[in-house]
Formats: sequence, C-alpha cells, structure tokens
Amino acid sequence: MSAAALKAVCNAPWVFHCSTGSCNNCDIEVLDCLCPRFDVERFGMLLAGSVKQADVLLVTGSCNRKSAARLKRLYEQIPKPCLVVAIGECAMSRGIFIESYNCPVPLDHIIPVDLYIPGCPPKPEAVLAGIVRLVGRVTAKGDRAP
Amino acid sequence: MEHGQHAFHSDLRLFLSALIGLAASGLDRVVTARVQYRTGPPLAQPFRDLVKLRHKETLIPDGAAPAVFLGAPLVGLAGVTVAGSILWSAIFLPGDGDLGDLIVVLYLLTLPSLAIMLGGFASANPLASLGGAREMKLLLACELPFLIALLVPVIHAGYEIRLGAILSAQAEGGAVAVHLSGALALVVGVLWMQAKLGLVPFDLAEAETEIGGGALIDYGGPPLAVYRLSHAMLLAVAPLFLMALFLGGAPPTLVGFAGGLVKFAAIIALSTVIRNTNPRLRIDQALRLFWGPITALAVAAVLLALGGW
Repeated sequence: MSAAALKAVCNAPWVFHCSTGSCNNCDIEVLDCLCPRFDVERFGMLLAGSVKQADVLLVTGSCNRKSAARLKRLYEQIPKPCLVVAIGECAMSRGIFIESYNCPVPLDHIIPVDLYIPGCPPKPEAVLAGIVRLVGRVTAKGDRAP
Repeated sequence: MEHGQHAFHSDLRLFLSALIGLAASGLDRVVTARVQYRTGPPLAQPFRDLVKLRHKETLIPDGAAPAVFLGAPLVGLAGVTVAGSILWSAIFLPGDGDLGDLIVVLYLLTLPSLAIMLGGFASANPLASLGGAREMKLLLACELPFLIALLVPVIHAGYEIRLGAILSAQAEGGAVAVHLSGALALVVGVLWMQAKLGLVPFDLAEAETEIGGGALIDYGGPPLAVYRLSHAMLLAVAPLFLMALFLGGAPPTLVGFAGGLVKFAAIIALSTVIRNTNPRLRIDQALRLFWGPITALAVAAVLLALGGW
C-alpha cells in the first residue's frame, strides 16, 4: 500500500458502519458523530451508502458466529486501501460476551484492525479523537498502523 | 497557428467546467453545513474526494458486464464535457458561438443520465437496477416540461434555436427572465436542473438512505470518481445553460462578467436552499409533479410568450 494512497484516503475517509451484534449503544454514539454537534464532515468524512464506496469500516459488537462470515465478505468487498476501526469494548475484546459459546474469537482474529476505540460505549469525543489520531499517525508514518 | 489557438481554447474550456463545477460543489457542501449549523468540510473537499477515489482499487462485480460497467461513466463525462465546451464558447466567444444549438446541448445533457442508467443496469445488482429505472422515469418526467419551457427563449429570440442568436437577442432586448413568460420558464428550468443533478427533492435514483446509493451502489474507486466528476461538471454546466437561455448569459465585458458570476452564484445558492429545505419525493410523486403542474406552468409560459409578454 503506497503512502500517497493512504494519505489520499485519510483526506476523504468515507465510512461504512457495520454492527456485528452490538447492543446498539455504540451505534448510537457513532451516529452522534455525524450530527451537527460533532460534525465529522469537517474531516472530509461521509457516511457511505454502499461498502463499495467506503474507505473505513467501523465495526461495533462482539462478532458472533453468524456475523463473522458476513463481516469477512464485507471486508473483501471494500476497494483497497481501506482501514478498519473497532469501536467499543465488544469489538475490542468481546466485552461481557467473552465466555459466550456464540463469540468464539475477537474481531482482530477475523479481519485486520487498524484502530481500537475503547469504551462501553465510547463517547463521540472518543470516537473522533481516535479517528483523528489514526489519520495523523497514518499520514505521519506513511504506513499502515499496527 | 489559428488552429492551435483554437485547440488551446478548447482545452481551457474542458478544464473550466471541471474546475468551476468542483468549486461549486465544494461551496454547496459548505453552505449545506452552515444551513445545518455545522462547520462543514474544507472548500477543496470535492478535489480531495476525487484524488482519493483515483487511488482506490477498481472492483467489477460478479455477473456485471465489464465493458458497459466501465464505459458508461465515460459516456456521461464526454457528454457533459462537450455540452460545457459549447456553452463556454457561446457565452465567452460570441463569434464562435454557432458551434451548436439548443437541441445539441440538450441532447448532450441527457448523456449523464443515460450513463447512470447504463451503469446501474450493467452492475447486476437489484438495487442498482431499481436506481437506473428511477433515473429513466425521472429523465422522462423532467424533460417534457423543460422542452416546452425552452420554446420561450426561442420565441423571444424570433424563432432562433442557435445559442448565439438567443444570447444576442437578449443583449439587445434584455434578459428573457425579465418578461413574465421568461420568469415562469426559469422556474421550470430550475426544477429541471434539480432533477437533472439528482438533488433533493429528486435524489431518488441514488437515495442513499433507502436503496444505498441506487444506480451507483456497486461503483467505487476510479469509475465512481468519473461519475462524481461529471456530476460536478453538470453542476457548472446546467446553471450556465439556464443563464444563457433565460438570464442573458455573461456578456464579454467586465460588468457583464461580474454579472454572470452573480447570476451563477444565485442559481447555485437557490439550488442549495431547495435541496436543504425539502424531503425526497417518491418517483410517482415526481412524475405527477412534472407532468402535472410544472408542464401546465411551462405551457402557460409559452402562451404568454406568444402573446408578447
């Protein structure tokens, strides 16, 4: 992945929001980011209607057996280069579902994750701070974040 | 030598539509943000979007017709580029303005809609087909009243369909929109532009919240960039077309140029306000609106123009 491509993506990241079985709290906080008070369009972000038009995949929820396969397919359908952001405790570590029969592996065992935003749910400020840091880190290093 | 100079002008005109269109679309996004009490993106955001899309991978869906899928956006871009080029010459190089007439420009301006339809149908996606079908109905809906309204400037110019003749008639006798018939026809024209550009209340072919991007749902990367570029160029060309027909264009003097800029900004601002204060219409409502009241308005404008108003 070239540094120029990543920089271009970070200048206009269109996000696609995917809930893999969250309790809906993280999703509400993500929607807040798009509203006038937080206004992510300041950073050139737009909500993409289709995953083919997206650059950033926002994942919430603990990724159960059913949604894991679908998430993989979504990831394959995003034109590369793309970035993946895990939002909330469940997407990071499976949260309270860590012992559940239905959530065998954490999100980053299914698709590569570029950024984790902790919280249950994370505040919109946290989501924004995370995304701005990701954009800053990617453009500074010119390489994919670990 | 002369030929070279002409070619230079042509290149300039090709760039001009893209440049002004992208600037207008950036302005539209900033104004929209301000209307919603937001800060909004930087003015150059549409440029950045295009640069980003150019860097992305091109994906062709399974079952799609690759040639049509990738060719359709280019057809639209070509149409709007040539239409823009004809309008720029008609307005800024009056001697050169007999390149094409009303009918040619109108025909070229249907190509972007046709490209959206073709692209939608070629993507082998049910939602894209739905979007393409809606775009087709919308085109049929909005062209009827606009074609009738186009007769008004033609009548005022003494039954001339050449753009140069329409402009020079307005330079002598005042803008068409000063007459009552011209003002009514301009209203029809503004609604046509809104439908042509797929802006609210006529954004039903894309309808992101409803059919996830409609005809363009399977487009991403460079082909989507071409669609977005032709849309931005249409945002420059459609107001320019209305200006040339109804508002006297922009005469090649300093005052005329400033006036042209004001007219252009006014049309864009009006379009932005309409798009921010209206809900999306269903396709049947859009058809009924265009073929009902708007067509009646256009016919009334033609009758008034025939009566000398």
